[in-house]
Amino acid sequence: RGRANENICELSLVLNFNILSSQLLLLLSAMASDGGVSCLRRSEMMSVGIGGMDSPPLDVDEVHVLAVDDSLVDRIVIERLLRITSCKVTAVDSGWRALEFLGIDNENASAELDESSSFRQVPVVIMSSENVITRIDRCLEEGAEDFLLKPVKLADVKRLRNYLTRDVKLSNGNKRKLPEDSPPLTLSPDSPDSSPPPSTLSPDSSDSSSPPLSPVEIISSQLSSPIDDEDDDVLTSSPESSPSPVRRQKMRSPGLD
Amino acid sequence: LMTAKSLASKETVNGRCWFYSDDDDGISVYLNRELHAMNTVVAQLQTQFQDYLVSLYQQGFLDNQFTELRKLQDEGTPDFVAEVVSLFFDDCSKLINSMSRSLERPENVDFKQVDSGVHQLKGSSSSVGARRVKNVCISFKECCDVQNREGCLRCLQQVDYEYKMLKTKLQDLFNLEKQIVQAGGAIPQHFPSYTILRPDIRPCLDA
Repeated sequence: RGRANENICELSLVLNFNILSSQLLLLLSAMASDGGVSCLRRSEMMSVGIGGMDSPPLDVDEVHVLAVDDSLVDRIVIERLLRITSCKVTAVDSGWRALEFLGIDNENASAELDESSSFRQVPVVIMSSENVITRIDRCLEEGAEDFLLKPVKLADVKRLRNYLTRDVKLSNGNKRKLPEDSPPLTLSPDSPDSSPPPSTLSPDSSDSSSPPLSPVEIISSQLSSPIDDEDDDVLTSSPESSPSPVRRQKMRSPGLD
Repeated sequence: LMTAKSLASKETVNGRCWFYSDDDDGISVYLNRELHAMNTVVAQLQTQFQDYLVSLYQQGFLDNQFTELRKLQDEGTPDFVAEVVSLFFDDCSKLINSMSRSLERPENVDFKQVDSGVHQLKGSSSSVGARRVKNVCISFKECCDVQNREGCLRCLQQVDYEYKMLKTKLQDLFNLEKQIVQAGGAIPQHFPSYTILRPDIRPCLDA
């Protein structure tokens, strides 16, 4: 079900496929109104069934990302970014093709499914070049795990990769993803996220038992002026500045190196 | 050391240098001299490359996203950046043509189509770090929003100019890269300059 609404389409997505034993992530770009997919309703989003097994054997390190973007240039870049961070990638150019890949029959897309069935949930991450807070909030409220502001950087993808793996490991008991070295968390303070974030993403957590973030995520990015002026420091290797000062913490793109 | 006995000769076969002499000293002296010369050439090219790259940032042609793209390139994918920007330039050409058609007749301008084109162009230019192109797109969008055909035409012309200019500049950059590789050097990844010899050249020292 797609409905055009100022460049954002709302898609009710029901997933019921038997493809992979690896963790799947849906990475969606906000696209033009025809065939575009940008936001998912969590209440109607079902988890994934794997061949009828209750607890499928999970290769926790293998992440499969289904990236959806109508721009060829962006698809190539995101594909490379994901491959470099050891993700398996399938890149498609529209929401319809994404549904095809997932094996969803368009007619059944609006059918209600039994929520008690044992499926896993597919996390959804939205990408957009537009830094509109209300829209970002709406995406998160509707069930998106995270929001990436374009242009997407290596640090963004690494962060994504890390918390996906970590989430999975958490659910498998006390396994923890240890960083190579762990400097103290220094994410700068911001207005706290209204919706309760998963504890793994909370930078304010001083709880030592929560899994430490890997070094890449710890560098705080600088707040800066609008997007046109973000290029002043390009010759230094200082962390990349993010465009919006009001941006939610978990969407911040940490600087690298 | 330039006696008949120790004089070494050199020939290049299939991109590899072979040194001939009837004694070992001749070989090592010659090798050292060659290596030094190579090092100098490589160092010069690397400096040239870095200076040129830095100037592109300084003049505003490129921004940090281009740096991000370069991070994604390695020995296994040495043409990644060139390929991505090539796709970008193709995109530019196509979008500019279609927008030009939409703007052609003053009484019948499809501003929605133009807006869509500008949006796409802004997105892809932002993704590759084409700063000037992206900035023109911002003005372009503003003209579109108020349905200013004249303004749109000016921006269209400017965007055409900017992408072609960038294309030329990057072509020069990639040519410098090729020269460095051919001279046996590695492409500097960071802005401070230093000389590195490609691993497959170094084994000649052991020969």
